[in-house]
Amino acid sequence: MVAERFPIEEGHIASFARSIGDANSVFYGPEAVAPPTFVQSSAQWDADYPLRPPVGGEWWGSGREAGGRPSYGGGQSGGGGGGGTGLHAEQHYEYARPLRVGDVLTATVKPGKTWEKEGRRAGKLVFSETVIEYRDQNGELVVTARGVGVRTEKPVGS
Amino acid sequence: MGWNVGDTHETVVVDDLKRTQIVQYAGASGDYNPLHTDEIFATKVAGYPSVFAHGMLTMGMTGRVVTDLVGVEGLLKFGGRFTSQVFPGDTLTVRATVESVEDEVVSFKLSTVNQDGTEMFSGYAAPKA
Repeated sequence: MVAERFPIEEGHIASFARSIGDANSVFYGPEAVAPPTFVQSSAQWDADYPLRPPVGGEWWGSGREAGGRPSYGGGQSGGGGGGGTGLHAEQHYEYARPLRVGDVLTATVKPGKTWEKEGRRAGKLVFSETVIEYRDQNGELVVTARGVGVRTEKPVGS
Repeated sequence: MGWNVGDTHETVVVDDLKRTQIVQYAGASGDYNPLHTDEIFATKVAGYPSVFAHGMLTMGMTGRVVTDLVGVEGLLKFGGRFTSQVFPGDTLTVRATVESVEDEVVSFKLSTVNQDGTEMFSGYAAPKA
């Protein structure tokens, strides 16, 4: 997720807090702070975010047909409609301070390591790490997010 | 607050997860992956038994326990691994255990399990003491 500009807004924090079932009053109102996983929603400010139906563009979910192609990332390892998928394996955050309504962040992405593993159930697993640094309007580093994604050959789970 | 090693808190963060809550998280987070929002795609195209929750929804609900216990202001670290998929109908319980209290930092081990006791998220949080 590359958000060149990620404004921290009251309504966005409130809708995010509701979606995780959190009624804590610190997340509501003009003085709200953000829940610790809130930077995940910087996707809203990524103009090219691939997991949002693009305005006027094509989307691979169901409509007249069940859907067009395996989900994002799956085509690279699953191919051929095999249902291989990109999944989130790990997420780690470090905080300098909480985010507050009125902050305006910028995100810088640093590609991390990539490695492979043979899975018991899902075939070959390809892991890749991404580090995103979020800086505030004063250029101070406020949150560092390290995510690990995994692509699988086959669907996982029951 | 005085924390002691071994202190444990258990909280049910969702009882019978609804598909609509997954969609609600999709709308708030911006991640509309049809694996989470589109039952037909998830089952017929991707081969899953149903849509399933974003890992980050499970982590977000787990974070609720963290901020209820220690607040938001002094949180230094929060992270973990997604160990299994969370499906509609699941009930999730978060267990937070104090592992250490050192240099003014409390280290919590976090384990989020479903109704069968299967771990869905295995993580940690470290607030200032």
